[in-house]
Formats: sequence, C-alpha cells, structure tokens
Amino acid sequence: MQRKAIFNNKLLPYLLLAPQLAITFAFFFWPAGEAVWYSFIRQDAFGISTQFVWFENFTDLFADPLYHQVILNTVIFSVAVTVLAMGFALGLAVLADRHIRGKDGYRTLLIWPYAVAPAVAAILYIFLFHPDIGLIGRALKAAGVAWNYTLNGNQAMLVVVLAAAWKQVSYNFLFFLAGLQSIPRSVLEAAAIDGASPLHRFRTVIFPLLSPTTFFLLVINITYAFFDTFGIIDALTKGGPGNATQTLIYRAYIDGRVNLDIGSSSAQSVVLMIAVMALTLVQFRFIERKVHY
Amino acid sequence: MNRRDILLGTSGLLAAPFIAPSVRAQGRTEIQFWYGLGGALGERVAEQVTRFNESQSRFRVNATFRGSYVEVMTGAIAAWRAGTPPHIAQVFEVGTATMMAAGPAIRPTHELLGEAGITLDPKRYLAGVRGYYSDTQGRMVSMPHNSSSAVMWVNLDAFEKAGLSTTDLPKTWAEIRAAAQKIKATNAAEMPISTAWPTWVMFEQMSSLHDVGLATKANGFEGLDAEMNLGAPIFTKQTNMLLEMQREGLFVYGGRDGDGFASFPAGKAAMSFNSSAGRAQVQREAKFRWASVVLPYHGDVTQSPRNGVIGGASLWTLTARNRTAEEYRGVAEFYRFISEVEQDKWWHHVTGYVPLTLAAYEASRAEGFYAQNPGADAAIIQLSRAEPTPNSQGFRLGGFVEIRNIIQEELERGFQGQQNTETLLGNANRRANVVLRNFERANRR
Repeated sequence: MQRKAIFNNKLLPYLLLAPQLAITFAFFFWPAGEAVWYSFIRQDAFGISTQFVWFENFTDLFADPLYHQVILNTVIFSVAVTVLAMGFALGLAVLADRHIRGKDGYRTLLIWPYAVAPAVAAILYIFLFHPDIGLIGRALKAAGVAWNYTLNGNQAMLVVVLAAAWKQVSYNFLFFLAGLQSIPRSVLEAAAIDGASPLHRFRTVIFPLLSPTTFFLLVINITYAFFDTFGIIDALTKGGPGNATQTLIYRAYIDGRVNLDIGSSSAQSVVLMIAVMALTLVQFRFIERKVHY
Repeated sequence: MNRRDILLGTSGLLAAPFIAPSVRAQGRTEIQFWYGLGGALGERVAEQVTRFNESQSRFRVNATFRGSYVEVMTGAIAAWRAGTPPHIAQVFEVGTATMMAAGPAIRPTHELLGEAGITLDPKRYLAGVRGYYSDTQGRMVSMPHNSSSAVMWVNLDAFEKAGLSTTDLPKTWAEIRAAAQKIKATNAAEMPISTAWPTWVMFEQMSSLHDVGLATKANGFEGLDAEMNLGAPIFTKQTNMLLEMQREGLFVYGGRDGDGFASFPAGKAAMSFNSSAGRAQVQREAKFRWASVVLPYHGDVTQSPRNGVIGGASLWTLTARNRTAEEYRGVAEFYRFISEVEQDKWWHHVTGYVPLTLAAYEASRAEGFYAQNPGADAAIIQLSRAEPTPNSQGFRLGGFVEIRNIIQEELERGFQGQQNTETLLGNANRRANVVLRNFERANRR
C-alpha cells in the first residue's frame, strides 16, 4: 500500500491551502507591504499630497541622536524584562513543582497576573511606586531615598521593567512548570542515587532537559518586550522623563498616531520588523543548536 | 423568543451596516458629531446636542464620544481617508494648523455659513477665541466650541497659615516667588507651586502675555516657514526661574499634560496653574478656601501684560464625496444655535469654559454670575484685556502636539539636572524646528 498521498489534481492542494494563504496575505503581507510603501513616502496627515522620498525617512531617523537612545532603551528594557521574567518564573516553577501542601492553590494564584490587562497592571504599579500616592514610593521617600520616577530616568526604567516582567512571569511559570513535570522522575532518582546534590541535579539534568521550553520562552519573551509592553509604558511614564523609557514600539506609536507623521512611523515599523527578523534568525541559527530535544 | 424573531433580528443586524450614514430618520437629516470630552464635560456636550435636537425638527445631530482629543482627531482623519468622516469633529487647539492645512478635507466655517445664508459677525466672538481659529483675512475657519485659558489657583488657607494676604494675591512672578518662600519657610503647604500643562502655561501663555512670539511669522499664522523663537530672553528668564525654584524646593514638577494639577485640589500645593475649565473639579474636591486669578507676568519685562491665549477645542466641518447641501445646512444651523446668547451663556455657566460671544459674557455679568462665582471671569478678563497682537493671537504651528511634548521632555531633562537653561532651550528649539520643517515639506502643494 502506498503511504504517500498523491494529488492527481494539480489545483486541489492550492485550493485547500487558499483559505490559510488568504488570511496570511490579508492580515500579514498586505499591512506589512503597506508599511514598507509608506516608509518611502512623505505625506500630510490627510494623505492629500504624497511625495516619494526614497530612503529619506530612514536617514532622518538614524541621524537623530534620540533614536539611538530609543534603540539603547529598547535593548536594556528587553534584556531586563526577559531575564527577570524568566528567572523569577523558573524559580517559582521549581518551588511549585515540589510536593507541598496546597500546591494547586499556589499554582492557580501564580497564574492570575497573566489575566491582568497591561493598562491595569500599570495602574497597580502607579499605586505601588508613585512618589506621592504609591505605597512603596512613599515608604522609600520616608526612608530617605530620593525616589521620584517621574523625574529620574533610571527609576522610571526600573518601574516599567518591573511592571512588564511581573505581567509575564505567570506565562513563563506555566510553561516552566509543564516542562518540569515532563521530566521523567526516574532520571532524577537515578542522579540522586548516584549522589548528585539538588543544585548539581538542577544544573546538569533539569536545566538541559528544560532547554526546549527555555528556548521557546526566550523567543516569546523578547517578542513580548518588543511589542506588547506599549500599554504599560503609556500608562506609567508615557516614555518619559525626557525620553528615558521610550522604546521602539512606543516611539512608532507616538510618531504615527499622535504626531501624525506616517512616513517616519512606517520607517520605524520597518526597522522593528527587520530587527525582529534578525533576532529570530540568530536565535534559531545559534541558540537552538545548544537545545536538547 | 421564537426562531422567526431571531431571524428577523439577525437580518436587521446584517442590514444595519449597509444603511447610508446619513439617512433621513423620521424625515430628519442626520448629522454625525464626534467629540473628545469625557466625564462631566462630555455629559454637557450630549446635553447641548439634545437642546439643539429639541429646538427644531429638520435636523438631528448624533453626538458620539470617541475618546481623547488625540483619538478623535486621528479617528476623524482616518475616517476621511476611508471616505466616511463625521460631519463635525471636535479638534483640540494644537491640532488647528494640521486641520487648516487640510484644504479639500475641510469646509471653512465662513463658507459653510455663507452657503446656508446665515450671517454670523465674527466681531460677536471674544477676540482671543476668534483669532485662534481665523485665517489671515480674519475669516473663521473652524467654529469655536469650548475655550478656556490658563489661570492661577491659590489655596487661601495655606496663604493665611503662612501669614500672607488672602485678598492682595501675587501678580508678578517675583511676588509669587516671595510668597512661595514664605510658604516653604512656614511649612504652610506640602509644596508651594505646581503646574498642569507645563508647555501651555509656562511657554505659550508667557509668550502671549509678554508679546514675544514663540515662533517667527506671527507664530506661524503668516506661513509654514515659521521658525521657533525659544532663544528670546523671555524664555531664558522663565526657564531659569523654573529651574531655580525647583532646586530651591519652591516648585514641584508633577508630570506632563494635566498630571501636575492633582496636587492642588488635594490641598498639597499652595499655588498651581491650570485651565480655567479645571473649576468644576476644584469646586467638587477642594476642602479649603481657594481663588482663581489671572496668570502672573514678569514685572521687570512689562507692566501691562497682553491677552492670554486659549486652550480647548473647536468644531471642524469635514467634507465627503456624497455630502448633500442639506447636511451642510444642518451643520451650519447647529453652529448658529450654539452661538445664540442663551445657549452660549448656559454652556459657559455649566462647564467653566469661557463664553464664545461677548454678549453672553455681558449677560452673565448683568445677571450677577461673577459676583456669585468670584474668579469665574479671570480667564475672560485675561483673554480680552488687550487687542491681540501678531504674537498673542494664538499659534498656527504644524506638528504642535509634538512641539509641546518636545518642550516638556527638554524641561524634564532640565529638572533632572542633566542640562542648563541654554542647552535646554537650544535643544528644544532645534528639535521643534525639525518638526516644523517636516510639516512644511509634507504640506507643500
């Protein structure tokens, strides 16, 4: 019996693929293509006069020292959010994986923050860290710390990183926990019988076996930090003070929607698109090699 | 509910999007109106529209709240590009230059009223309000709707505690600084001075009061090739003063846009600056005696400050391919209605915005409204105390939203101690000029 499916009709496979292709085209390629087109033109807000300006939107962008700062901000922000969110989640998952009483309760509670909308998360952090109305903020000030994230750029970055990471911990926790539970107990028991300490077991057995999960989460978290943290930044700092917490996606929003500069905003989206493509390529080419499946 | 009802319901839902946006419901022509005022002020807008709808039976205005001012403007522009704009969009004053440059997308108010055979004498409107929304020939391009001006808010309890006069309030910045030092020394309030809208109050209003342009070409009224004028001595003086007062703990920066005002109704700030439309909030929340007075000026620069500039929003009539003369007529009728003395007076009293027309101001005064609400006329006095000069009639700068934010960002860097006044103003001037040049290039036709 032949196991390979054979389509005699040359048209049928395309027909079956068509719905998926149509969706991909309508929701991914078309908008992306529009962004690329708009990045080469200069247009007034209403689209009444349009000029083709080649790469001028891009050269203007990279000639702007503030854009360099925005790139640096994005790198710091993304690395910090990813490391913090994944580190905490892994720690919590390892703890929740043990046989403790009421672990289902802990697990459920740890998943809750994921259901919180970004803007609401930001409001929570305002109530915690605001120098005048925040619980922790006021305590810090009372303790003599010059705490004011509305004017101190580093403190503002710290607050948005904490809020963004906190929101992502739950998601990471869920995957790490599932990853930990899929590690065969027999392997761990064998290592324990051979005399490996818990730390040694974690380093040499658990962590390598978790690497597919870790790799997957790395990609997800970096994408999250790049694209999904807009609401948190908007509600907490609006990119300020100065431009201290402005990231690539936030600036693209401000330039496109608030400042109505569609050319520059599209150029920034294209830069962002290329950056994420490059990042994903690097991850799959180099980091994936170290992953054990 | 049986199946037939469900089917009928579904077919109704399906059909709804295909009904043209301006059908004649019960014989009335429908006018779409998008606005960006939330909360109590939004309810007043809805009420204003209801009053119009009940006053006649030919037109029906459908007012929809579309989010913040920015959202209304971007939403209306996107809708125009897609061919389905509302008839009327409420656009904040900083969006004026963008709207005015939009040529075929808008129907200027003077044209609209002319075609409808309605004559509204521009002279009926407060000078500061009319000027901001007029072209260089003095013809109104958009319809004034909700205008305010910045005023100073004083916590009289804190003043009394500090041993300051509660009747002879400070008029110049030097007097304010002296009062702030006294408040700090006697610990009469948590912070002596705060402000909302740092750019609007500290730069735009001061530019107007001292008759120094924020930009050349009459603040952009005379052409898209205007350049920023932040190098002028008045801005150096103003910025120096703010940075010094902040270092001395007399002025506390409370954030961008309206954020800095929260400290006043909460009783934390002894003095603050905000739009006169903040009155309702203060009335509701403040648990202390307060006053609202005209903005201070630099006594060593001028003894007779000029008019202040407005804030708020105006109504823009948007064009569409299938728009009928009857629909434009409805828009014109609505504009005529809200300019009626009775309606304008009502609006002024219930919102805290200034009246649009001089007649409504006179009528309010004759009724004793300002005697009962002391300080409610501070903004009107400030707007109308002098005939506007080219430097004080308002701003017509492209990308003004961005320019405001640039000045806020550079101020924040100054407050952080990262840069002195000279670098701060130099950076703001340079960055804002880039915005002006980009707008000029994008709108050159």
